[in-house]
Amino acid sequence: MTFLATSALSRSFGGLAAVANVDLALVPGEIRAIIGPNGAGKTTLVSLISGRVPPSSGSIVFEGDDITDLKPWERVLRGIVYTFQITSVFRNLTLGENVALSVQRALTRDRPIWRHIDSDLVAEEVKAALDRVGLGLRADEVAGELAYGHQRLLEVAMGLALKPKLLILDEPTQGLSEQEIADFCALVRIISLDATILLIEHNMDVVMALADRITVMNNGTLLAEGTPDEIMANAEVQCAYLGN
Amino acid sequence: MRLRLADRRIWGLHLGLIAVLFLLQFVLPDYHHTNVARILVLATYAMGYNLLVGYTGLLSLGHAMFFAAGLYGAGLSIYYFDLHPVLGFLLGSAAALVFAIAVGLIALRTTGVAFMIVTMMFAQAFYLATLYFNSITRGDEGLVLAPEARRFAFFGLDFDLAEPVTRYNMALALFVGGLIVCLMLVRSPVGRVMVAIRENEERTRMLGYNARDYKLLALSLSGLLSGAAGAAYVLLFAYMGSTFAGIQYSILPLLWVLLGGVGTVVGPLIGTLLMFYLIDKTSEVMSSYLIVVGAVLVLLVLFFPKGIAGTLRARYARWMP
Repeated sequence: MTFLATSALSRSFGGLAAVANVDLALVPGEIRAIIGPNGAGKTTLVSLISGRVPPSSGSIVFEGDDITDLKPWERVLRGIVYTFQITSVFRNLTLGENVALSVQRALTRDRPIWRHIDSDLVAEEVKAALDRVGLGLRADEVAGELAYGHQRLLEVAMGLALKPKLLILDEPTQGLSEQEIADFCALVRIISLDATILLIEHNMDVVMALADRITVMNNGTLLAEGTPDEIMANAEVQCAYLGN
Repeated sequence: MRLRLADRRIWGLHLGLIAVLFLLQFVLPDYHHTNVARILVLATYAMGYNLLVGYTGLLSLGHAMFFAAGLYGAGLSIYYFDLHPVLGFLLGSAAALVFAIAVGLIALRTTGVAFMIVTMMFAQAFYLATLYFNSITRGDEGLVLAPEARRFAFFGLDFDLAEPVTRYNMALALFVGGLIVCLMLVRSPVGRVMVAIRENEERTRMLGYNARDYKLLALSLSGLLSGAAGAAYVLLFAYMGSTFAGIQYSILPLLWVLLGGVGTVVGPLIGTLLMFYLIDKTSEVMSSYLIVVGAVLVLLVLFFPKGIAGTLRARYARWMP
């Protein structure tokens, strides 16, 4: 069964076609990287999938259901989770509070939130999510005071705590140090054991190390798709990146 | 264990505050006795306002409408139909709730400055309506509830709201009710989402929350609490007039909350108390007292930018809700 499939998905801003007629299909459990030059439409594409941006035309099917018209929060409840390119944690709240927002949402997926939620269970799951990204001891610190790399990890912890089926990571390693990138790759591999991952990434070492398959975008369209080796050997891709 | 400690501190602080307010009535001279009762009712109004502005981050300039809806909903029904005061109180609060939901459904389509303007416009329309229906409300001149309308029996007990002791404790009961509602709400999962919306609405939506529903809930509860304060005001102080629906009664709770601490549970009381006595004391000694009030507000903004409780929290007590 197709896990996620877009068909003829398009989005224009004014006269500019940011995403044009994209057919993208993901299989469950894979790590899919989307690469492409700046302005290729990568972020717009994942914004369409997560519902942040409504499509101009086309449709999106997730686990057999058409989700094209669903609101972003409804998609989150179905398991499509987006982590922001520009770090977007709640800067004035503590790490624990940041993650608790995700945890309580995951716990109340199918019931109203004002019904009783076991606060011990929330605390436990907050701890677990922070532990997974290595921030477990810093739950009481204020998010805005964290180093940039740690804020990115917090962002991932918030995504994880939502128990995603599809986790969209938008340039997660941007601004991280070498060591942080290595740790991050290890983390993504562990996450991929129970979630499908859609990864937008500029760092080709990260892409090559993680991706099962790579989709290349250029000018809003899909240019190529294949295994890392196939993509490396693809003449069109080299052309798009290096110019004619 | 840290959480448990914070819980103890929070309940300790607020129960202590309630105890102090209860004991205050035995030492206050008559004049201040009445003042503090009035401050407690107005502080409840400020707490309601703070739910929206402080915790959800929506700046309304139209809350006088909800306060006045409570005031008139209770006052007029008692004045004209001899309604039981308790029923009048409930009716006034319900009227404010209905207004809040109706305004919310429209105004929440906007954000920021537009939201301020839309709420202000609704409140002005309500204010003008109280003047227009002069034959019923008597406009600016207002109406006074008769003493017998404020005497009632409830569960076998006789109450006379003109009685200072009854009045003080009724005002305190209202305030304590409001305080507990606010405290429980802001510490609940729903309160956590409200704060998240204040901090970053887009992010909150992408965590799976329908932000609009939470904003409507916050506005409704805020309007309900403001209306309950308005209803209590007319019962305890017997007077209702168009002034309470005017723009200054939309601005006042903003000032009280800013002064006391936006997004703190005790801030509204501190702000209301301070502002009330600031005006009271300075107007005793000079006629141009607003200059002094203005200067004090400027100094507070300079040295306590987060309000008194907000600044204390940031410096000494991060655990304070």
